Parts: sequence; structure tokens; C-alpha cells
Amino acid sequence: MSRPSSLIYDRQARSLVFQVLLILALVFGAWWLGSNTLVNLAAQGKTLGFGFLTQTSGFQINATLGTWLMEYNVGSSTYLDVYVIGIINTFLVAALGIIGATILGFTMGIMRLSKNFVIRSFATVYVEVLRNIPLLLQLFFWYFAVLRSLPNRRGQIEIFEGAAGINITGLYLPAPLPQDGAGIVGVAFIVFVIAAFWIGSWAKKRQYETGQRFPAFWAGVAIIFFGTALVYFVMGQPIDWSFPVFKDTGPLLRRGFQIGNGMAIIPEFIAVWLALTLYTAAFIAEIVRAGILAIAKGQTEASYSLGIRPGTTLRLVIIPQALRVIIPPLTSQYLNLTKNSSLAVAIAYPELVSIFAGTALNQVGKEIEMIGMMMIVYLTFSLLTAAFMNWFNARVKLVER
Amino acid sequence: MKKLSLIVAGVAALAAASVAQAGTLEDVRAKGFVQCGVSQGLPGFSNPDDQGNWAGIDVDLCRAVAAAVFGDANAVKYTPLSAKQRFTALSSGEIDILSRNTTWTMTRDTQLGLNFAGVNYYDGQGMMVPTALGVNSATELDGANICTNTGTTTELNITDYFRANGMSFNLVAFEKADEVVAAYDAGRCDVYTTDRSGLAAQRTKLTNPDDHKVLPEIISKEPLGPVVRQGDDQWFNIVRWSLNAMINAEEMGITSANINKLTYNDKTPAEARFIGTEGKFGEELGLANDWAYKIISQVGNYAESYDRNVGPNTPLKLDRGVNALWSQGGILYAAPIR
Repeated sequence: MSRPSSLIYDRQARSLVFQVLLILALVFGAWWLGSNTLVNLAAQGKTLGFGFLTQTSGFQINATLGTWLMEYNVGSSTYLDVYVIGIINTFLVAALGIIGATILGFTMGIMRLSKNFVIRSFATVYVEVLRNIPLLLQLFFWYFAVLRSLPNRRGQIEIFEGAAGINITGLYLPAPLPQDGAGIVGVAFIVFVIAAFWIGSWAKKRQYETGQRFPAFWAGVAIIFFGTALVYFVMGQPIDWSFPVFKDTGPLLRRGFQIGNGMAIIPEFIAVWLALTLYTAAFIAEIVRAGILAIAKGQTEASYSLGIRPGTTLRLVIIPQALRVIIPPLTSQYLNLTKNSSLAVAIAYPELVSIFAGTALNQVGKEIEMIGMMMIVYLTFSLLTAAFMNWFNARVKLVER
Repeated sequence: MKKLSLIVAGVAALAAASVAQAGTLEDVRAKGFVQCGVSQGLPGFSNPDDQGNWAGIDVDLCRAVAAAVFGDANAVKYTPLSAKQRFTALSSGEIDILSRNTTWTMTRDTQLGLNFAGVNYYDGQGMMVPTALGVNSATELDGANICTNTGTTTELNITDYFRANGMSFNLVAFEKADEVVAAYDAGRCDVYTTDRSGLAAQRTKLTNPDDHKVLPEIISKEPLGPVVRQGDDQWFNIVRWSLNAMINAEEMGITSANINKLTYNDKTPAEARFIGTEGKFGEELGLANDWAYKIISQVGNYAESYDRNVGPNTPLKLDRGVNALWSQGGILYAAPIR
């Protein structure tokens, strides 16, 4: 047995003591936060609990995908429905934003490396302007730019006569109304998509083995399109279409697009989606550019010397290798985009922060529970995105030789 | 060790910070000013001028409390809050008084852990439409797009009103009033709804204020007043009686112009109690006995505040209406100081 004082000089004992102390401090901190919260809540006569979720919410929500999916109805819908609507709307704008930002970002990133001066400069100006202006300002800019540039509610710009039009209250498109048998069309669509992918991999395999090429992409598109159309007509057209109705006679207030006909995409959504897409695309463009520049020039030269054309070189040689560099920072951008979607509260897009942590919170006053529920949603979205991107990253890595 | 001591210090600092919860009056005295939660800019109620000085009847209430506590109406700091931040800011202790055109409702009084200390403006929700729309009554608004603020009673009231009348509508709810005004001005909505005083105030921000009109319907009762945290009766009393002092002063004919004469001339017993030369009304509140004198001499009585901020001679042009004294056909009535 050594003397206790020698423990100070024992590296292992010392680190153990500090680790225990750190854990104690954390536990104490958590306990203190919890008990302090309870004491303060009690002092204000408030309780914790999730009973409010079954209360009916007494407020209208701007018509969006969420209210449509949840069949939101004031007087019977609950705060839980409001929560789900918020999640759906947040997910919608985040998912579409990620798709838009990826496409635009890759395009801009490749354009920045173009040999053409005009294209290169355009991409440079785009990146430098968009990524250096705060997102909230861009949000306001796009929102009011969208509002100011569109005809007012009594007028419209017709896109397809009687089928699609746009004015300040939104973009109006035909809405599908599934009838009996529509599910089979949906299943058929999925089957054809799988078939198209299968053809793609078959064509690839055949090209490796025999060198013969097959227009797999166009074949796939044709199968999905004509196959689905065939099933649709065989089933007796089980999808009715609701077309937007535009009235330009009668009392002024009644003119314009009529509520309940067709599908309306509100300008708030368009503005949020535009702002998130354009802003994040600027960052993605830089990531893509960095990823491509990280690939040694010899790869391009080798590809060219084999007689592969520049476009194909980019697609088959450079991008697959660059993806290894691109994906980790790209994941961060996707996470940022999802979290940035909460700024939409500023321009009346009814997403989670706006309707649940805003309107609903003010009605029921359960700050701790509601903010907690909101944080869980963002955390889940982010972790799912990260998990998917990690899986994709691992897959891309395996392709490397 | 360095890291650990930092953590311990951090935890200790947090623990120390949380103690400051009990006596708002002592807290306010210790920091030397009243932290007042106001709007982000509602002319007439709480609005900063071009030099950043806040003015309005809600601001005057905070100044009255500061005058009562410190004898200095300028010992106030302002926190501009959005409608949805306001209650959280109050219950977290970030502000001492919420004086931000806030409607007194039962839910807010009973569920949010807050108390309403009185009513400084009796309002009702109204609707504004462009004159060109040719609408004369809210009952003609079936199918309208309506712009408003999130986190307010207006969302509930407008929903109730349209449901009760069997009309459909679409609600576009913004976080800040400025964006509501901008969107309405751009034509996103046919209708802008908020408290009628708010309509009068926000209308001044429109491109062509004269092209819009307020519909006659008043669809709700909106008693606006100051809010404090529940569980601190002393502070609650100070805020309530600061407001009562202003209303009582108007009723007794005491103004900032004539209150100094009262100190020397003959005065009635009620006036003597008011300015603190008789009785110990201030001490009972935990304040100096001349608390009401300080309020009136520095801020003025209710009528002075009203006329200065929202009355007929201001851009808001709001008549006293129900906000006149009970003795003059209104419903403004303060318990007596005795």
C-alpha cells in the first residue's frame, strides 16, 4: 500500500478523480436546473404536462400541404394536429430546399470552373453576393419581390389556360383527387421506377461485359411514363383533377381564384423555398468547386488521353472522386438549411416555429414542453439527414478503387 | 483542473443568477431602473422617436412606475418584444413589467402564471380594408385573405367571428407587425385585422392611408393593460396603483401643470392623501409617500397621457369613447386612494 499522497502523482488515479468530479458537476448542474425550474413553475402556479395536446386549437392556419394532409378544421383539430402540420410544413420546405440547392449548387460549382469567362464570372458573382447577405434579409427580399412582381388578387398571369395561373395569393395548379383504384396506379408507378433502376444496372453490366451501350436513361423514363399512363387508363382514370377556378366578374371581393378549387402554393412558401435554395446553393457551389479542384489534374488528362469527352470525363471520372471530398461538408449545409427553415416564421409561412412554438405556445403557455417538442423535431430531422448522408458517404467510399 | 474549476465557477454563477426571483421591488431598486417590455413599434402605445426615445401610453405607464419607485420617470429601460416573445420574457424575469398593448383574457390570467394589473386602454378588434374593395361590413368578407400577427388574441377572435358567421377565410399570420403592414400594403390580403387602436396606428405607415377604411364591426373585447408575474403581490400593487393614480388624478382634476400649486394651497383631504402629505399610502406600497405626486408631476394624469399619445390631436385621432372617465360617459373607473 502506498501512502495517499502518492495518489496525486498517479496519473490514473488523478484522471479518475477528475472524471468523477466532472460527472458530479454535470449531475449537479442538471439537478439544479431541473429543481430550479420546478420551483419557479410552482411559484407561478404552472404545472408540467402534455394534456394540452388534446385541447382543440381555435385558430385558422394558412392553407398548406400540412393543413390539407391533416384535414385541419378549426373547432375539431387539436394542438397535436397543429404540431404535426408544423412538422409537415417544415419537412416540405426543407426537403424541397435540399433538392433545389443541390441541383443549383452543383451547377454553379461546375460553372465557376468553366473556361468561358461569362459563365465563370456569373457563377462567381452569384456565389459572392448570395452567401454574403444574411439569409433573413434575402427572405424579406424574395418575399416582397415575389409579392410586388405578381398581379394582385383580382388579376392573374395564366400559365396554362384554365389549368394553371399565378397571382399574389399564390400559384394555382390542378390538384389530383384520388378515386377508387388510385392506389393501384401509385403502386404501379413505384414498380416502374424500380424497373427503370433495374434496367439501368442491367445496361451498365452489359456495357462492362460486351461494350455495347443501351439508352437506359430514356428507356427508364419511357417505362415510368408510358407504364403508369397505361395502368391509369386501364383502371378507368381513377384520378379526378380539380382545376383552379378564376372569376373575373361579380363583386370585387369574389373575383380572383376561388378557394377550394385546384391546388394553391402560397407565395410565403415560394419565397422561403427560393431564399433557402439560392442561399444554400451558393455554399454548395463552393464545396463542389473545392471538391473538383481537389482531384489531381492528371485524372482529367488521363481521361482525355483515353479519348473521353469533357462532359463524360466530368461525370464518370471527376465527380465520383470529388464526391468523397464534397459529401461531409455538404451534409453540414443540408443540416443548416433544415434549421434555417425556421426563419420562415418572419414571413408567415406556417412551419413549426411559427404555428406551434408561436401561435399555439401563446395560447397554452407550456414553454418547456413545447420548446422541447420542437427541439426534438429539429434534432430528429438533423440526425436522419446526417445518418442518410453518412450511409451515402460510405457507399461512395466503397466505389473507390 | 483548470477546466474543472471553470465548470464549477460556471455552475456557481448560474446558481447565483437564479436566486433573483422573489422580490421584484428589491431587484428593481438594486439595479436602479425598471425593465419594461414594450412593442416593437406601435405608434401611440410604445414607439421610439427618431432619437430612440420611447413614447406612448404604454410607455407612460412604465414611466409612472419608475417615478413611483425612484422618483425619476426616466429610470426605465425598454425591451422591444414581439407578440409571441412577450409572456416568456416576463415569466423568465427578463423584464419587470409587460406594458405592450396586451389583452387581458382568462387563459392568460390563469394559465400563464401572470397577473394583469389593470386596464389602461379599452379596445376592440376591428378590420381594415382597401376602400376600392367596396365592402361596407365585415359580413361581406366571405372568402377573404386576412393578414394579422401571430401569438395574439386576434387570431382566435377572427377565427371565431368567421366561424360564427359561417364564412370561409384564409389567415396569413406574420411574426412582426411591420411585415403585416408591408404585406397588406402590397396587396397580399384583402383585410388587415388587429385591435382598432392598432389599426389607427399602423394605418399611418401605409403608402396611402386614405385609401383604406376601418369597418364598423367590433368583433371582440380587448381590455389592454400592464402585466406582471404572478406571486409578487407587492410589485403587482405598485403597478396597479400607479395606473390608478393616473386615472384618479384626472378625475380629481390634478394635472402635471397644477399639482405643484396643491402643495402650497389649501387642499381637500383627498388631494392631501393623493400627494402624500396625509396618511402613509406610499409606505404601505413599500414606496415614498409622495409616490403619486412624482407620477403626476413627471408623467401627467391619464388624460394628459391619452391626449399626448393617441388623442384627436395625434396622427391616430382616437376619440376617448369608452376610455373616458365613468363620470363622463366612459368606463374608466379607478378605486379611490384612501
